[in-house]
Amino acid sequence: MTRITRRAALAGASLLATPALLRAQPAPLKIGFVTTLSGPGGYLGADIRDAFLLAIKNDTLGGAKVQVMVEDDGLKPAQGKQIVDRFLKTEKIRLFTGIVFSNVLEAVAPDILDEGAIYVSPNAGPSSLAGKNCHRNYFVVSWQNDTLHESAGENANRLGHKRVFVLAPNYPAGRDAITGFKRFFKGEIAGEIYTRLDQTDYAPEMAQIRAANPDAVFQFHPGGLGIAFIRQYQQAGLGGKIPMVVSSPSLDSTTLNAVGDAALGIEVSAQWNSDFDNPVSKKFVADFQARHNRMPTYYASQGYDTALAIAAALKATGGRVDDTEAFRREMLKANFHATRGKFRFGSNQHPIQDWYAIRPQRGADGKLFLKTQGKVLSDRGDAYAEQCKL
Amino acid sequence: MILLLEQLLNGLQYGVMLFLMAAGLTLVFGIMGLINLAHGSLYMIGAYAAAWTQQQTGSFLLGLAAGLAAAGVLGVALEMAILRRLYGRAHLDQVLATFGVILFANEAVAMLFGRQPLMAGLPRWLAGAVEIVPGVPYPLYRLAIIAVGLAVAAGLYGLIAHTRIGMLVRAGATHRALVGALGVRIGLLFTAVFGLGALLAGLAGALTGPLLSVQVGMGERILIATFVVIVIGGLGSVRGALAGSVLVGMVDTLARAYLPGALRGVMAAADADALGAGLSSMAIFILMAAVLLWRPRGLFPTHG
Amino acid sequence: MVETPRQVVVLLASFAVMAGLPAIAAAAGRPDFVTLGSQVCIMAIAAAGLDLLMGRTGLPSFGQAAWFGLGGYTVAILAAHAGDGSLPGWVTGAWFAWPAAILVPAVLALGIGALCLRTTGISFIMITLAFAQMFFFLFVALKAYGGDDGLSMRRRNALPFIGPRDDVGFYYVCLAALVLVLLVLRRVWRSRLGVVLDGIRQNERRMLAIGLNPFPYKLAAFVLAASLGGLAGALHVNLFRFASPDLLHWTQSGELMVMVVLGGLGSLWGAVFGAAALVLLHVFLAQWTEHWMIVLGPILVAVVLLARRGVWGALGGR
Repeated sequence: MTRITRRAALAGASLLATPALLRAQPAPLKIGFVTTLSGPGGYLGADIRDAFLLAIKNDTLGGAKVQVMVEDDGLKPAQGKQIVDRFLKTEKIRLFTGIVFSNVLEAVAPDILDEGAIYVSPNAGPSSLAGKNCHRNYFVVSWQNDTLHESAGENANRLGHKRVFVLAPNYPAGRDAITGFKRFFKGEIAGEIYTRLDQTDYAPEMAQIRAANPDAVFQFHPGGLGIAFIRQYQQAGLGGKIPMVVSSPSLDSTTLNAVGDAALGIEVSAQWNSDFDNPVSKKFVADFQARHNRMPTYYASQGYDTALAIAAALKATGGRVDDTEAFRREMLKANFHATRGKFRFGSNQHPIQDWYAIRPQRGADGKLFLKTQGKVLSDRGDAYAEQCKL
Repeated sequence: MILLLEQLLNGLQYGVMLFLMAAGLTLVFGIMGLINLAHGSLYMIGAYAAAWTQQQTGSFLLGLAAGLAAAGVLGVALEMAILRRLYGRAHLDQVLATFGVILFANEAVAMLFGRQPLMAGLPRWLAGAVEIVPGVPYPLYRLAIIAVGLAVAAGLYGLIAHTRIGMLVRAGATHRALVGALGVRIGLLFTAVFGLGALLAGLAGALTGPLLSVQVGMGERILIATFVVIVIGGLGSVRGALAGSVLVGMVDTLARAYLPGALRGVMAAADADALGAGLSSMAIFILMAAVLLWRPRGLFPTHG
Repeated sequence: MVETPRQVVVLLASFAVMAGLPAIAAAAGRPDFVTLGSQVCIMAIAAAGLDLLMGRTGLPSFGQAAWFGLGGYTVAILAAHAGDGSLPGWVTGAWFAWPAAILVPAVLALGIGALCLRTTGISFIMITLAFAQMFFFLFVALKAYGGDDGLSMRRRNALPFIGPRDDVGFYYVCLAALVLVLLVLRRVWRSRLGVVLDGIRQNERRMLAIGLNPFPYKLAAFVLAASLGGLAGALHVNLFRFASPDLLHWTQSGELMVMVVLGGLGSLWGAVFGAAALVLLHVFLAQWTEHWMIVLGPILVAVVLLARRGVWGALGGR
């Protein structure tokens, strides 16, 4: 439990003790922030949370007093559902965000939306919620899952790879990853493996990659999974021999630190990078580093952009979310400057944005960092928008 | 063919890791009659102590030593504080009390080290791969683990077959009450055996760090597989633990490597891999159930 | 089994609290108490079934979560098929889905129990764990039913007079189910079956010597425990409208065993107090500290080592 939630829990306890009448001041707008803070995916949630909170000054977001209630879903859909149930019924929260993993989001989104509450995604954008089942109160600021990996597919084309071996964990975002990669990659698939989301030993997969001897490997393993994968890839003697093409979740600045030199030679693609030359991004990177003493990841930039998007809408509605149609009108205007530069919402309320090629490099100080190379895709929406009738 | 060879080595490496865990667990059961679910916690403690020390000092060997020391010392403390009181009790009581110890250990580690996984690197002299046959590189570190495991197995054999402690251990495994009656300081023997088991669990944990990520809950995953091993091998039998470890390691790895491929012929890749992963995870439990029904005391039964 | 006057007072007082819970929750402005109450009733049903096996018969099963999960998945799968039109809508009626959720585990337990009961002692603990793990991985593997990601249930099973979103109504359903289960189990405890099971726990050889084959009795207890696990699982999935392999995880089996022992092994009523104690400990410790398990762990060790009669023994004074 974070400091903020503990305060919330105390508030809940005091609510029991004092009659509601005695509470002065208009209550702040509560934002339900359900995220993954424990396990190998834990730093993803922590980065999104820290960046989201960075955008809140003096408990104020977009001119409205807000109270962010953070809880850890432990990457368990069932736990996420219980938290959301409590947030909806006991805390009467109408605005939710924070979820990292698609399987958790798929489980809780119907509960939130059926109750008429709003969800704004800072990370997961599963295909199941982007097309036919899109929803007026469901917004994605990060990306639709597939497009991340479409950019990697296009990147593989650019790099001239003909036979690629693909691997991803067997959960909604993993399947979206392989679908997205294949949609844009023009060559041949040398092999396709779905790993388990809780797997940490990839020795059998390494043997299979070696046996298939592809031009390149595309893998999607977010967070700690990616660290284990890249290290074992190196240990198996595949690093440096068979190039790897990934999208941002498989190699961010945190995993880069953990895997070290094994990351050199990996080709990444993303919608944002810490070296972006725009004032919002520069201020964000500087503020984040000043407060948390670490480099922000892509996840952090998404958390920050999500806060900015919500702030813009809140400002226009006077801090109200109960009129969801009014909130939606303002939200869709995307009247803010994102860290990633160009940003607008498509017809299914998912982003339309540019994608960039990125490569780990050794800096002048001897440390590794991620360097932006050039644009891979421009104004890319997603493949599901046309199935969405809003 | 070459792929099969590599998968067999992977199976052997997993089996060796299981043996390091199983040897201690089965000895403790054989001699003290204790089911110790907290054995996985000692493995986790070894892994954390090793990874943390390595991060602080940069030395892999210091980390290894710290992992062994932490697991050994905490293991002995655990035995003296709690487990000692459980020796004569029903298995149910043992399961529950040591389940409580797991909860405590997991949270204590989470408080100390946070919920983010720790990473331990490899020293240069163990990184990289060697060619086992021309054209087939295999990670050197995994080969080193196999070597350590086999050395431990040989050492345990020597200890049990040729020393006085070993004699007491063998006697204790078959006639528990009698050993006490012979005037041996049974409490000391128990503590020593438990400490040895804890040391081996710590070794397994410390060796795992550079391979996988070190995280809370890692102990339970290997614990369940370890129980499968010792039940298959015959509770209390170190020989059985060795046979069971290799068997379980092989079955698990080979099923994981080949089942999905076999299923792909009949269904979509994502479904085949999910079913394959599930079935291969089930494989060792099916094996255990079959062994129990065929020979309820396992492959190498000890008690007469 | 005849309750002492003090025990009767404790039971009636507890029932009064349970019956008045929704009113208390409303007064306190905490609608989540109702969900908690439902959770307590549901876990108590599963734990009471397990106590028949563990406490009365002396067969510590480490696989009760398998039946819990099977019951839960039965209702969720029926709902999923009714949702896509491959099964008629009436299969989501509670009158059909819940008996099915009892029957499926019961039939499977008949076969699996016959196998497991060929072993004793630690082998029994391990083989029940093995079968539970098989079901766990089976559901992980079944992508058609969500696999790891779990299976959502859009609405609860249809009940007469109670709407799909009526949490208080659903709580009373759970409470009624619990009371019914306890009354049935109390009869079983005092029946010929119950007496034989008690005899088996005390000395199985003596049962054989007086010409009783213990096997069918043990199997009956095993199947009954599984059925109650299935019912509890069905209610649980209805409560959260979500089934996932977590329901069958071995720690879930462990927690059910903990509830039985915490409440008082072999005491029937104890299971209820054990379930309540664990669920409430979880919730309130979790509000107090994120690291609530660091408190729960030692409590568990202490109960096993020191307070063997459990909560019911302490309250009921026997």
